[in-house]
Amino acid sequence: MFAPIQAEFACALLDPDRPVPQGLRAYTSQRPTRRFAVYRNNVVAGLVNALRAKFPATMRIVGDDFFAAMARVFVMTRPPRTRILHTYGDDLGDFIEEFAPAAELPYLADVARLEAVRTRAYHAADAESLPAAAFSAVDPHTIGSLRVTLHPSLGIVRSRHPVVTIWMMNAGEVEFGPVNENEREDALVLRPGMQVAVRKLPAGGAAFLLALASGATLAEAASCAATDDPDFDLTANLAGMILSGAMTACTPAEGSMP
Amino acid sequence: MQNDLSMMRRVTSLPQAAGIGFKPQHFDDLLATDQPIGFIEVHAENYMGAGGPPHAMLSALHERFALSVHGVAMSIGSMQPLDRDHLACLKILCDRHQPESVSEHLAWSSHGDVYLNDLLPLPYTEETLEQVIAHVDQVQTALDREILLENPSTYLQFADSTIPEAQFLSEIARRTGCGLLLDVNNVFVQARNHGTSPEGYLSDFPLARVKQIHLAGHDVQSDETGAPLLIDAHGSPVAAAVWRLYERVITVTGPLPTLIEWDNDVPDFATLADEARAAGRILARAPQRQAASHVRPDPG
Amino acid sequence: MHTKITAATLAGSFAAALAMAASPAVAQKSDQQKAGQEKCYGVAMAGKNDCAAGPGTSCAGTAKVDYQGNAWKYVPKGTCTTMKTPKGMGSLTPKQS
Repeated sequence: MFAPIQAEFACALLDPDRPVPQGLRAYTSQRPTRRFAVYRNNVVAGLVNALRAKFPATMRIVGDDFFAAMARVFVMTRPPRTRILHTYGDDLGDFIEEFAPAAELPYLADVARLEAVRTRAYHAADAESLPAAAFSAVDPHTIGSLRVTLHPSLGIVRSRHPVVTIWMMNAGEVEFGPVNENEREDALVLRPGMQVAVRKLPAGGAAFLLALASGATLAEAASCAATDDPDFDLTANLAGMILSGAMTACTPAEGSMP
Repeated sequence: MQNDLSMMRRVTSLPQAAGIGFKPQHFDDLLATDQPIGFIEVHAENYMGAGGPPHAMLSALHERFALSVHGVAMSIGSMQPLDRDHLACLKILCDRHQPESVSEHLAWSSHGDVYLNDLLPLPYTEETLEQVIAHVDQVQTALDREILLENPSTYLQFADSTIPEAQFLSEIARRTGCGLLLDVNNVFVQARNHGTSPEGYLSDFPLARVKQIHLAGHDVQSDETGAPLLIDAHGSPVAAAVWRLYERVITVTGPLPTLIEWDNDVPDFATLADEARAAGRILARAPQRQAASHVRPDPG
Repeated sequence: MHTKITAATLAGSFAAALAMAASPAVAQKSDQQKAGQEKCYGVAMAGKNDCAAGPGTSCAGTAKVDYQGNAWKYVPKGTCTTMKTPKGMGSLTPKQS
């Protein structure tokens, strides 16, 4: 019966304290420890490399040795529940938040979250963004009851740290410079065409988009955003949404059509 | 398990030429190349997102090159049931891109809901044979097409194994009607790792069922007794001994679609294209054997 | 606390946003439009040499030994030590393992 050996094999791959499973052999040895280690290496190194590819900025911040060691712990404790590797590690940010050796870098978890959202945007469904002209037919006085559909690639990371600035420095977009760890930044990730773009959202922008994403009307979302941050600038946010290609459809509320 | 409908399934139709594994960094080079690249191969799981550049690149490339979709995560060698969601994802991918070939491995790569991301070995017994046959049937039925099953690189063996690997694959092909993907590097690696002869393996292998060939580089290490332990690392040029073995195969089978795999330390496009050209030269010397790629499944 | 936005405010903001967005050269982004975009939603950054694809699968094994025990002996040594924070150049003090 192979099933119990297979189960033992699978468990031993991710647990270095387990012995080499019974029933394995090599022509050179009845206990092929070194040969079983090839499979252990393949599993762990393959998954660590997958995380390296998905989190280049996170890796740059802590350096390769620290990242690889942290990734090994992540792989052992949270092995993939998905067969599609580009979705593996979506919870690395949550893991880092609890990971004691990274406690000195309070912003690290959010950088990892931002990188996960970027990969999600890269593989998200394609959709045409609404051009500015699409809004010219909308009656400005019924605008408040409008609901919008956001682009399928759109993702938001809210942070108590300057996550966008730190990511930009470590993605080679800007020079390294002074960072105030306690400056809050919210990131917008969007792929209206084929290139994933990261932007820094203005005050209240994240609350505005999250409300719209959950089905709120523009009036409701604007009210949410102004509550979230008194500096919320509705005009700037509407213009930003239109110019960045954040919307794919807009639906007037029932009965408000001219 | 075979029925009349299986005869109408879509069959593999790659050109009998050399191809390369596609890496996104080579996209521009591939579209601009004047090298005779016969087809490209991609790993199915990298194209299971909803959209974005992966699908856009694949569509653009498929206008010019034949396409082979090579799955790594179906876990056909598992004693547990196949993941129906994953099979559905593969079906969606095949419907979208209409590849000329779809292949998977004689291996397992997940257990329970944990995906282990490696091609893991199984013992070859009557029990595992029935399980693998059922799984291959299930995949071919779901996709409504022939798939190719690839021989693995293995680093150890099972005390319980009773059937030689070549015979195991032969039996799967005979009973499911699937084609075989012969990885010549894997033949070499497993033979060295098990102290046997690659030529002996090939003489037992059902070469008439082979519809595609893989070539790749391997790494040489040793086990605790000092015996050679070859790793199927796909990170270097094809070894000279593997080229010789490949030529022996092609001399028997006639030209076959032949893929250069290079997955780690991926070189520039020119280096990959050189490897493909080397395979092309061997293909050009091979005797034509029209029957080789049109072998029909044995009657039930 | 809840902030109410009036219909008139909304209508006014919307008209102003459209004016901002629908500048003449919509097709080929004008400097004015770029400036507007930066003001509203920040600059669009893609990340250099990074296509955001994430990992690709491999059916290859690895010759590299990346499998080790549990002893933790690592200190972050990347750009975190060069980014200036209020605590000075590099907020990390290397620890002895």
